[in-house]
Amino acid sequence: MLTAEEHGAIAALVSHYPTPRAACIDAMKYLQSRRRWMSDEILSELAVALGMSSAELDEVATFYNLIFRKPVGEKVILLCDSITCWMLGRDKLAAYIGQRLGIAAGETTKDEKFTLLPIVCLGACDHAPAMMIGDMFYGDVDEALLDEVLLVERV
Amino acid sequence: MERPLTRNMRKGEAPLDFAGYLRAGGYAAVRDTLGRVAPADVARVVTESGLGGCGGGGFPTGRKWQAMPSRAARPGKRYFIVNADEMEPGTFKDRLLMEGDPHQLIEGVILSAYAIEADTAYIFVRGEYSAAINLLRKAVADAQAAGMLGENILGSGVDLSIHVHAGAGRYICGEETALLNSLEGRRAVPRAKPPLPMTSGLWGCPTIVNNVETVCNIPHIICHGAAWYRALGRDGEAGTKIFGVSGRVKRPGAFELPMGMPMRELIEEHAGGMKDGFLLRAALPGGASTGFVMEAHIDVKMSFPAMAAMGNRLGTGTAIVLDDQTCPIGFIANLQHFFAQESCGWCAPCRDGLPWVEQTLKAIEAGHGEPNDLDLLSEMTNNLAPGRTFCALAPGAMASLQTGLAFFRDEFERHIHSRRCSWQ
Repeated sequence: MLTAEEHGAIAALVSHYPTPRAACIDAMKYLQSRRRWMSDEILSELAVALGMSSAELDEVATFYNLIFRKPVGEKVILLCDSITCWMLGRDKLAAYIGQRLGIAAGETTKDEKFTLLPIVCLGACDHAPAMMIGDMFYGDVDEALLDEVLLVERV
Repeated sequence: MERPLTRNMRKGEAPLDFAGYLRAGGYAAVRDTLGRVAPADVARVVTESGLGGCGGGGFPTGRKWQAMPSRAARPGKRYFIVNADEMEPGTFKDRLLMEGDPHQLIEGVILSAYAIEADTAYIFVRGEYSAAINLLRKAVADAQAAGMLGENILGSGVDLSIHVHAGAGRYICGEETALLNSLEGRRAVPRAKPPLPMTSGLWGCPTIVNNVETVCNIPHIICHGAAWYRALGRDGEAGTKIFGVSGRVKRPGAFELPMGMPMRELIEEHAGGMKDGFLLRAALPGGASTGFVMEAHIDVKMSFPAMAAMGNRLGTGTAIVLDDQTCPIGFIANLQHFFAQESCGWCAPCRDGLPWVEQTLKAIEAGHGEPNDLDLLSEMTNNLAPGRTFCALAPGAMASLQTGLAFFRDEFERHIHSRRCSWQ
């Protein structure tokens, strides 16, 4: 169930646009910041709040990379897989993260702390390989930096 | 040389806040222009400056604005939108501008919206740019508190509200009509053109969409004039450009340099040349949607017309370097993986063609290529050529493949005949 607080926050997001549906991406991102992902139940409730059908909202939800229709961990690790990061060794880093956390790309750790996903170019090619963990950006990533960062981000 | 776009940026320092930007001469163009210069005259100066769209298209910005129906001809709502959905692989210039001097972009938005007589603006930033989003939201709030935004800006009678919209991913959002659909809360699929956004855009209203770098140039053009701006370029080109280099060079980075400078100077001087032990083989001049420029041709000028003359595109102006120890087939396969994944799926040639291209390249790379694969790939560059798809995504994808097939033919053949990749 959406809480009264969530309904209030969604109404505030709608105020930036002439139509309620324009706020649907903002609203889904807001709900994910509290609930991590968009379950069927929450998606249907949000659709009602925005005057959309569930199918219309799901059509949007399933299109965008950063809207999750399956459970994800507390923090999503987005490791760039585009050209410069690929040249500078991102595949090895993906394998290293996978080995450290015991997950493959697309999977979530057992303690639900991390989900590992590939992401398109993060616009930091001068600091390749690049990644994000949640909202935090990390550039010039190597195994030593990963060892440090995964410890810090776990807390 | 003058570097107007990056003049307020100091390495390792936070960007200027509102007061600091004001002290550095910022917002002077807003004070001198709103209610004092006719909007049509602002557009005229921008046309005369020779500024072209910095998102990769290079279309003259002032002419785009002037193609919008006048307020008298089309009364009612109109919108100004900044395309800050920087997601072209190899491109990292708009991030620099937004994180390095957010108020410069806000000032550009105020002047641009004034020129096209729009009272509402949206800045569409990709969701992953969280630092830029926070800085821009703060800049908007601070400018609003100082009377630089909102109703009756500085007593000029001009109103403007700016909303910073954070996206949720997908490369196609950078296509301007797909961006409009995304802002309206829909799947970001491109719209049929015509009508163009300047006549029927956001919610059917006249709308202009400009790239971050384009908009950041506007305050400087208004302050110093078209002739000053033109003189910043080299060999008849206008203005400065944020160029960049990534890959195995000594100093990868973004640099504000005169438009029209040679690619050699960019790579060898500004990016410090190749890392020790690596040789330059080729470079994509401006992101994943541009074609290879071979090492023998890097004296070409970094400008829209010079690249067009060699059948290529300047794109975003941020070059990706291919060195002698990276497999060119693997390089192209990585680019095609990106495009196949980011195809919005709206039109069949792109939706079905790009995964076919990707799988064929990956098969060649893995040693499972067939001799007729090269004919198939050539045919695909034809099937996905400009005009055969709904938008420019697939034709952009074909740029590296088409030039790659021409320049790296022997590599393709060696992969197929030896049934292995010699770099692995």
